Amino acid sequence: MAIWCAQLALDRWRHSHNCKPGEGPDAQPFALITETAHGPRIAAPNAAAQLEGASCGMMVADARTLCPALQTSPGDPAGDLAFLERFAIWVQRWGPWSALDAPDGVLVDVSAVAHLFGGERRLLSDVAGRCHARGLTVHTAIAPTAGAAWALAHYGQGAAILGSDDDMAMRLADLPVAALRLDDDVLLVLRRLGLKRLGDLAGIGQGEGEGRNGRDAIKRRFRNHRSPGANPLVRMDQLIGLVPEPLLPVVPVHAPLVQRRLLEPVRHRSLLDTVVDDLAADMVRELEARGSGARRLELALWRVDGEVVMRQLELAAATRDASHITRLFTSRLDDVDAGFGIEMVRLRAAWCEELTLAQSDIEAAAQEHGTSLAACVDRLSVRLGEDAVQRPTLRASHVPERAQSWQRPLDPEPALQHELAFHTRPLKLLDRAEKIAVLYASPDGDPRQFRWRGKVHDIARVEGPERIAPEWWRERGAARLRDYYRIEDGSGRRYWIYREGLADDGRGGMPDWFVQGLCA
Amino acid sequence: MDMARLPRAAELARGSARNPRWRPGLSAALYSEIFASSREGSGAGAAVALACDGMRQERKAVAEEKAILWVQDADAIRRGGRPYRPGLPQSVRDRIVHVAARNCSDALFALEEGLRCRDLACVIGELAGNPKQFDFTASRRLTLATEKHGVPLFLIRLDAHPELSAARMRWRVTSAPSAPPLWNRNAPGRAAWHAELFRARAHPPGEWILRDDDPVLAAESPAVQSPASAAPDHGDLVRAAGA
Repeated sequence: MAIWCAQLALDRWRHSHNCKPGEGPDAQPFALITETAHGPRIAAPNAAAQLEGASCGMMVADARTLCPALQTSPGDPAGDLAFLERFAIWVQRWGPWSALDAPDGVLVDVSAVAHLFGGERRLLSDVAGRCHARGLTVHTAIAPTAGAAWALAHYGQGAAILGSDDDMAMRLADLPVAALRLDDDVLLVLRRLGLKRLGDLAGIGQGEGEGRNGRDAIKRRFRNHRSPGANPLVRMDQLIGLVPEPLLPVVPVHAPLVQRRLLEPVRHRSLLDTVVDDLAADMVRELEARGSGARRLELALWRVDGEVVMRQLELAAATRDASHITRLFTSRLDDVDAGFGIEMVRLRAAWCEELTLAQSDIEAAAQEHGTSLAACVDRLSVRLGEDAVQRPTLRASHVPERAQSWQRPLDPEPALQHELAFHTRPLKLLDRAEKIAVLYASPDGDPRQFRWRGKVHDIARVEGPERIAPEWWRERGAARLRDYYRIEDGSGRRYWIYREGLADDGRGGMPDWFVQGLCA
Repeated sequence: MDMARLPRAAELARGSARNPRWRPGLSAALYSEIFASSREGSGAGAAVALACDGMRQERKAVAEEKAILWVQDADAIRRGGRPYRPGLPQSVRDRIVHVAARNCSDALFALEEGLRCRDLACVIGELAGNPKQFDFTASRRLTLATEKHGVPLFLIRLDAHPELSAARMRWRVTSAPSAPPLWNRNAPGRAAWHAELFRARAHPPGEWILRDDDPVLAAESPAVQSPASAAPDHGDLVRAAGA
């Protein structure tokens, strides 16, 4: 069974404005828009706007000339997709499994299910009724293959039912070739070939004489098109059921959740700690049963007056250790205002990862043999903040301060081409390059002496310049190149300094000098 | 009491019999302090070189892949910058975990947590100035933690004057002129530092010119090795040329 939400984005917009089709704000011409490279375009016009002449894919400026009163608001494709995922779970009431058909449909397997609803006709009317109650405009169809159901839902009349004993080729012959779920450029090719109906495509190999070669000709035309969406013959076979079409089912994942309703509202910290202890123990049991460990935990405290206090914790590695969880939450609960008391506490593991059974007495082991790196990182980032504990990684850039980025300490390193070792780099890099006053023999020559943080350094040895050009694809056109020098002063201090620009590059006055790094 | 472990009269009379002079390759003290100026990279450079030297001695026993915790307080970051991965020695480049602490007490907490972690090869700390929280008690805590768990600590003290401390070795480090490379004698060469060991429990005090002679750490006496006559480095090339 295919369910097509024909106006998914508009239905969601109406739901958020709490109005029925054609009433309230929906009575005026209105359209959801998307931003494209050439300016805003209309993604979904409502009925009033369509009457005025606005259509899908039109520039907003063009539509405004036709209909000056047109109201617009940006569309929300990500929200639509999230809604569709929840919708795909919901439609499993009519079948054992369902699959997403982005952007605005779902497919449900209803093999041998229809009799539970009193036949296929009544199943479809049940779907239509319940979806209508949710405010969704849907077109539905039942067919032996997913492709045929999709074609009938989008291009058939009414709630079409195609039984397994009907003549599929005949029933589908009148549908346009767009019902094959093909890409736009393939549709264009077929239109130029004069193949407009599915019947044209199906009947092409059945004639006598010249007509017999028609299928071979189309096969040759599309021989390099492997993906089903680009090859009408594969799509046609999938539609008839000659070739299997695998679908990816949607499987709901439930986050582990434990909660305690308290007989008497808790107002004191020690009692709350006990409750959190119990919850952590429950959560550990729950996680152990699933063979997973928590990466992110959310503790919600319901107060008597209805306020909910949330505390979130993110862990460096999957853990299933109750005392570790309790210890981390303890420092987060210091600023909780209990008000008149807390009556319910809920702990939810919003993000889990697989974790096999392991030795569990991590705290006792910590006293004896020291903590593990993951536990150490957790303790540091809970006290100092997430951004304080980081690992330097390389980034593909020639600009020195961009060549190093920071990531969380236990994340795997991104794959990167090996760093080039032509030039020596300084041991430490200042967060901001500091401006220095430099004496030089000629504007383009080596520096001789510089003043930094109030003291003068005589330069004894110089290596350079190493020229690093600005990244033109990212920076402004007026960005200046940098000439880097590795220098050593009279008493052996080694620095990495650069001159920003050249005297005659026409991008500003005399170039400034900066010290950026300290060499070992 | 084990009488055999007590020092004998002859050893007490001559300190060097029991306390050998420091040289690279001795097992490093667990808690070293390095005093350096924030105007130069010598403190961090010497700390990394000493840490690498210490890890090289342990190499046979312990895996090389353990992480290194580098803790800096905000003032140290402002004065001396952060470690830069492309400039670090090859062996430690991908093992750094950096902690940017807001103040001295956070940095001390991070140092102590790091010392308790068995998955760390060593801990490098940078503290700027003489903060009030870092007193003798705090340094004694660090000593106890590092001796209990055996994770070495190299604490760089930027622009600080040596107060009372429980550190086992205390160095004063400044940059020294580097040996000129063979192929471009005008360029700065491999890093060199003038290091003064002014307080140590197991060794008599002394002065050295430390040189990062990749892969080993070389130490020369400053009297013998005046910077002007220093032989060019890049060992094998120099010997081949007969310089």
